Amino acid sequence: MLLFLLVYLLASFAVFFLPSRLKKYKALLPALVQLTAFIYFLHFISPITRGISLTLKIEWIPRLGLNGEFMLDGLSMVFVLLITGIGTLVFIYARAYMKSYQGTDKFFFYLMLFSMAMLGLVLSANLIQLFIFWELTSFLSYFLISYHHEKESARKAAFQSLYITSFGGLAMLSGILLIGSVIDSYSFNDWMTHSEMLRESPFYFPGLLLILLGVFTKSAQFPFHFWLPGAMQAPAPVSAYLHSATMVKAGVFLLARLSPVLGGTTEWVYVISLIGVLTMLTGSYFAITQTDLKGILAYTTINALGVLVLLLGINTKESIKAAMLFLFIHAFYKATLFMLAGLIEKKTGTREISRLGGLIKYMPLTFIFALLALLSMAGLPPLLGFLGKELIYEAKVQSPGIASLVLVLGVISNIFMVAVSLFFARKVFLGRPAHYAKVPDEKGIAYLIGPGILVLLSLILGLFPGQLGTAVIKPALIAVFEGDADVELKLWHGFNQVFFLSLLTIMLGLGLFWAMIKRRTFTETWRKINGIVFSVQLEQVFAWVMNKFVEISLMKTRIVQHGYHRYYLMTIFVFTSLLLWSQVLFTASPAPGLSFSFSPFYISGLALVIMLTTFLSVMSRSRVVTIIAMGVAGYGISFIFLYYSAIDLAITQILVETLTVIMFMAILQRLPHFAVLSSRKNRFRDFLIALSFGSVMTVLALKAIQVNLNKPISEFFLENSYPRAFGENVVNVILVDFRALDTLGEITVLTIAALGVFVLLSTKKRKL
Amino acid sequence: MNSVILQLAAKYLKWLLITFAILALLRGHNQPGGGFIGGLMAGLAMIFEGFASNTEQMKEILRDKPLRLTGAGLLIIFLSFIPSLVTGNIPMTGIWMKIPIPVGGEIKLGTPLLFDAGVFLTVTGVTLLFVLSLTRKNAWR
Repeated sequence: MLLFLLVYLLASFAVFFLPSRLKKYKALLPALVQLTAFIYFLHFISPITRGISLTLKIEWIPRLGLNGEFMLDGLSMVFVLLITGIGTLVFIYARAYMKSYQGTDKFFFYLMLFSMAMLGLVLSANLIQLFIFWELTSFLSYFLISYHHEKESARKAAFQSLYITSFGGLAMLSGILLIGSVIDSYSFNDWMTHSEMLRESPFYFPGLLLILLGVFTKSAQFPFHFWLPGAMQAPAPVSAYLHSATMVKAGVFLLARLSPVLGGTTEWVYVISLIGVLTMLTGSYFAITQTDLKGILAYTTINALGVLVLLLGINTKESIKAAMLFLFIHAFYKATLFMLAGLIEKKTGTREISRLGGLIKYMPLTFIFALLALLSMAGLPPLLGFLGKELIYEAKVQSPGIASLVLVLGVISNIFMVAVSLFFARKVFLGRPAHYAKVPDEKGIAYLIGPGILVLLSLILGLFPGQLGTAVIKPALIAVFEGDADVELKLWHGFNQVFFLSLLTIMLGLGLFWAMIKRRTFTETWRKINGIVFSVQLEQVFAWVMNKFVEISLMKTRIVQHGYHRYYLMTIFVFTSLLLWSQVLFTASPAPGLSFSFSPFYISGLALVIMLTTFLSVMSRSRVVTIIAMGVAGYGISFIFLYYSAIDLAITQILVETLTVIMFMAILQRLPHFAVLSSRKNRFRDFLIALSFGSVMTVLALKAIQVNLNKPISEFFLENSYPRAFGENVVNVILVDFRALDTLGEITVLTIAALGVFVLLSTKKRKL
Repeated sequence: MNSVILQLAAKYLKWLLITFAILALLRGHNQPGGGFIGGLMAGLAMIFEGFASNTEQMKEILRDKPLRLTGAGLLIIFLSFIPSLVTGNIPMTGIWMKIPIPVGGEIKLGTPLLFDAGVFLTVTGVTLLFVLSLTRKNAWR
């Protein structure tokens, strides 16, 4: 498993290093890797159907619960097969689609890396690790969506999706940390064994909500769904991949993964079902009024995601079975349709539905594939989609508590889907041929390989679903829902309640379709009503929030970062001294038994000199006097160091003092004339601040002698300096051996400071 | 400042001072001294020469030395970690080896010395960088 992640990583970088002779095959290299991965993972199917899951653990920081943990079970298998299988087809398609673009190296690099992240995500058995892959997919999808970065709309859409998904990602991380803190582990297996404890802990509900926020943003659930239609700015292969098998399915995966741990509670069922239902309705409702091919598809994706989330929310055996099947159905038809929409756009130059029509004459194969995919989307027999819809209805019929409501809304949304599917086929392929700039064709076999295979699969699996049920769906179901389950998929279920619901759906869908076609004004009025009812678009709300956020940060920056060095210093000194004073007063210890003595006289004399020169440096009106006085004070202090036999310290002090004086001298002649600019009041205020800071430091120094929390470490250094580090100068041994890391840090900071000074002073002042 | 005597004297005194600084570096492990002190000394020695001549000459003498010295110092510090990594110790462990001298006795060489040499060069470079930046003419234009 891990090997394959590495292979993916290498393959993504290899795109750049292909010799120019092989450059034209650069899409095939990732496709080949994907195909190999697909076959490789396929051969694990037989152990997995027997209920064996493969795990791999690499310890990294075990004490923090941060380990590399991978797991391949039935659930991961479903997603792995989708990612690698559809990935193969998408890369083959992209080879044809991306031919006319610049910078495709980068494109294939990002897309392959994205596949790796996605694969890593579904194989993760450690929640922190999962989060890392999760963020990687958000991050990489940003690059993929903004591929046409010269267009402002693409950049905007990419930012939107990045903001929303990474906002959710961070919420999810805090949720994971919150819940994980209960048992102090982030390993999925630990969560499994302690699921009772997790569900009963007070952190359960807030943690769950935070994790769900991540799921909902990633899987484009209401009210975060609006980033997904924006993401159609990406090239068609990316849309096909993101919408069908990856990215948005990550949220679904996490829900399914966590449902045995956190699922089944009333909170789980109601929150998730509610959001799922809302998303389902939003998606199907707005799909009807779209005029852009990819727009229609994007909203149907939202609908499908709503259905999936709803099914996982209901959390019964039937619903999860339906969800797993629907995952395949949706991936198959959505990838097909996006690829075909890309092809149509390529050949006709437009995606606007009103400017398309009669394409059946020019693109017969495309029509057949699209029709089959659309029928699957509408849920008509004999395609896999029909099976899925039946199962979904069944799950909804049997869902506890909220059955009737969910069922009615589900039927309504499916009516919309039937109408949209038929509308799509009718408008694009049938009717009078529209006027095209050049005659469209469907040359380029690579365009049709992917859709062809997927549609064929949809059809065959629709007719003979048995294998899919036992080999793939059943293990996934067992992984989510412990215990045995029988999954017997059949096309024909007999005349039962569910069948009549299907019939009703199709009839009403046809009616709606008829109304849309026959009455031209019907959709127009619909759109108008939408314009009034939904005048506040979530996209605009998002933009408003972002704008306000930037405004507030600007305001804050203007207040806090005012640019006056003296006020920065003042703030630092005032706050530090206040903090220190409060600390000194709160931890009042018995009065330190200090004893002052003036002997030896030369040291007390030295102290007097230091004090006097300090005073002089403050009071003097000549800079030279100030500098010299400060130098004298510094040298005086170094003598005190010397007296107490801190020779290294003394030498350093002398050298630094010398350097300071030199530096002052260097700039002295360039400074403006000395002037007293601050008022008497200001100077008094500064005097108070200085006094407070100085005195608190003195008090602290005096206290430091008294306080002895632990055995001082100096003894260790003294004892070990020679035997362990072969040095007699303890100060130096500490610097270069015991505390070498600190020294490294200090030296680095020093270098950065020097570079800063260098750059600041060597930049020529620009005229303002 | 334009004193020929000082200029000439500084030229040679600089090397004396640098020798002294290196001595401070080498003896640092057992007696007062070390990379930081040595580095400051060496930096001051070069600044001394620069101040004795005028600024234009000083720029000519030092040119881009400070940046190189700083970089080289940091590089040496990182190099000094390699032995501890190669031998499988905790990173930054001091690795020592004893080289016997034919005359008698032995010299102990270790990565801490290399580390200290890195500190020496970096501090020299940083010191020069500070002073040189401040004395540049166009910095105050």
